Amino acid sequence: MATSNYYVPESSYFPIVASLGLIGMAAGAGGMMNHMSAGGEGFVFPHFVFTAGSLLLAFIFFQWFGKVITESRAGMYSPQMDKSFRWGMSWFIFSEVMFFVAFFGVLLYVRQWAGPWLDGQGDKGSTHMLWPDFDYAWPMFNNPAGADFPGPQAVIDPWHIPLLNTVLLMTSSVTLTIAHHALRAMHRGKTIFWLAVTVILGGIFVYYQILEYIEAYTELGLTLDSGIYGSTFFMLTGFHGLHVTIGAFILFIMWIRICKGHFTPDQHFGFEAAAWYWHFVDMVWVGLFLFVYIL
Amino acid sequence: MTTATASHDDHGHHGPAKGIMRWVLTTNHKDIGSMYLWFSFAMLLTGGVMALIVRAELFQPGMQLIRPEFYNQMTTMHGLIMVFGAIMPAFVGLANWMVPLMIGAPDMALPRMNNWSFWILPFAFGMLLFTLFTEAGAPNFGWTFYAPLSTTYAPSSVTYFIFGVHMMGISSIMGAINIIVTILNLRAPGMTLMKMPLFVWTWFITAYLLVAVMPVLAGVVTMMLMDIHYGTAFFDAAGGGDPVLFQHVFWFFGHPEVYIMILPAFGIVSQIIPTFARKPLFGYASMVYATSSIAFLSFIVWAHHMFTVGLPLQTELFFMYATMLIAIPTGVKVFNWVSTMFRGSMTFETPMLFAIAFVVLFTIGGFSGLMLSIAPADFQYHDTYFVVAHFHYVLVPGALFGIIAGVYYWLPKWTGHYYNENLGKFHFWMSFIGVNITFFPMHFIGLAGMPRRIPDYALQFADFNAIATVGAFIFGFSQLIFLFLLIKTIRGGEKATDRVWEGAEGLEWTIPSPAPYHTFAEPPHVK
Repeated sequence: MATSNYYVPESSYFPIVASLGLIGMAAGAGGMMNHMSAGGEGFVFPHFVFTAGSLLLAFIFFQWFGKVITESRAGMYSPQMDKSFRWGMSWFIFSEVMFFVAFFGVLLYVRQWAGPWLDGQGDKGSTHMLWPDFDYAWPMFNNPAGADFPGPQAVIDPWHIPLLNTVLLMTSSVTLTIAHHALRAMHRGKTIFWLAVTVILGGIFVYYQILEYIEAYTELGLTLDSGIYGSTFFMLTGFHGLHVTIGAFILFIMWIRICKGHFTPDQHFGFEAAAWYWHFVDMVWVGLFLFVYIL
Repeated sequence: MTTATASHDDHGHHGPAKGIMRWVLTTNHKDIGSMYLWFSFAMLLTGGVMALIVRAELFQPGMQLIRPEFYNQMTTMHGLIMVFGAIMPAFVGLANWMVPLMIGAPDMALPRMNNWSFWILPFAFGMLLFTLFTEAGAPNFGWTFYAPLSTTYAPSSVTYFIFGVHMMGISSIMGAINIIVTILNLRAPGMTLMKMPLFVWTWFITAYLLVAVMPVLAGVVTMMLMDIHYGTAFFDAAGGGDPVLFQHVFWFFGHPEVYIMILPAFGIVSQIIPTFARKPLFGYASMVYATSSIAFLSFIVWAHHMFTVGLPLQTELFFMYATMLIAIPTGVKVFNWVSTMFRGSMTFETPMLFAIAFVVLFTIGGFSGLMLSIAPADFQYHDTYFVVAHFHYVLVPGALFGIIAGVYYWLPKWTGHYYNENLGKFHFWMSFIGVNITFFPMHFIGLAGMPRRIPDYALQFADFNAIATVGAFIFGFSQLIFLFLLIKTIRGGEKATDRVWEGAEGLEWTIPSPAPYHTFAEPPHVK
């Protein structure tokens, strides 16, 4: 319910500069990809636009979030404002969940329906006539048109790097919770330590994920071009890895803020938002480990 | 429904900054609302010109004015601009203006993000429109951008289209989050959920739909991007994917999307009809539940867009029956609107005319939707002008009339002036006549088998096409009356009272007209 001191900021140059950064990134990326697919090489104008846009957006995000931190520390935010941030972050995470739902849905559809149909099974098995030699199996080592889409020779063994990564991420969730409890108990040193452990675990996860990708590309023939298995594999794990990277970066910012003594036991929503995000990224990984790697 | 005990205040705050930078840098919900509305009007005229190009070409059989390639670009861009550039931003603009005023909030919950949500859009649409002037031409695969037309066979501008959609998605998600947070957290004391005006309720549910499905749209265009540039096989059966998968993911977004474009209009009409019938809304609670039911059902009906693509029989049956269910909550709404008017002391000012036209013509669009939901019958209607007639009936005299009704209804509150009622009524009748001349004949040519998205047609369709084109030009140029009326009202006119309309209820009518730059810095108390 409203209170009389809800903070409405004065006019701000952040949004318009952020829009300029975003259009630079979007138009630049579009140009870069068209240049690439047309067989072009080298650093051309779209690359410059993309780089400039990205830097501008990153710069303005630092400014923008910095301003929010300054305002927060100046006591300009009421408990009601705090609640706005909480609702905002929750719904943002919900939108991220729906982003992943789309890709998990794609995986389900391909494995449950499209694949078997191409093999002549089920209600729409007549599609088998397209590639009569195709036999459906998952992982799909032989694609319907093997010449255009050579399948992978092997896929990632879930019980090596992915299992290790599962342990790493699960542990990081625990260490993050320990850090949170320490923060609430005013044990700053302990908070700094356990949060640092969390960020490092996230970093190791990303490192192993990169190793896994290198193995996939160099040894297994599992690539973006290796048919629907590679497509779904890299889309799901890639976007997850991107989110881990972002989450670890946010936690790192929180680590710096804690070192600077920013949070109090009652007021540390920045930290909590980062923690929510991290747990969300963790939960996505559980889904990936089950449905992409094991099953 | 709700009454304010403590009134507004507008002291202690300075007014808007001077010059253009006021608009660029603003964090004020009223400024941002106005920008959204003007932007969407500009897009309406842009998309409208494209529609007129399409209709001009279809005036006679044969190719007269444009090349087929350009015709495809026109239908595609018309659809994209109207859906993402005209209808959606107009609703967000109305929400920006009215939600804080209706719930007694000082502004939107996250004002800087609010500005960013808006300022992304001109850049995104600028990029999309720019592709018209490139060698490859603009996107030409229809606003539904089915793969492989939009992947394997797409012009290179598809890459810019994809990034444009990403930007619109970011804008929509941020805008929707802002609206949800405002409604959940900034209601005045005493404004319980079930006391909220229906426009607020419908926007609340719409915002939820936006947050749920815009990321899915982002997902589907990202998969297109990967298929086009990075060799993946999501929508290519040769690599184990499936072009039909594109349609599933797209319509999982697309069906909630069509409700995103109509639910706020339901809310606007639910505000206007009680005012001019001088009776409280009939069945307020059932309106809320009906809207929620429609939103829920919108997630489980998507494949009714795909009946002819080759789905298993039980899938067709499920989606057919689920789709028919939507007629129940929608029927509840229409029943409630009619019951609100029943034995009311009705007057027919322009907003009410548009609202009544909405109820009648949207219902026609709803009934043709019910016809389309019958899977075996849809095999005849699919991809014909009957579908074009259906969705234009729900989108033009539906969504667009709802928006226009809302603008007339709240314009005196925004500008402080009454608009010229005669001019408003003239605009209404021209629009009403134009819209029906345009779209009603499309039912007949559609049932007779004329396919959509084709620049030429067989001779037996000539008469109705000629009529439709005449109607389109009447409707299109009638909107210039609206533009003229808006500018005239902003510049001057009879001074509006605070209450504006005799029968108006709600917090937005307790503040002065025009609404001060800052309102409800002290929240009112709602009994």
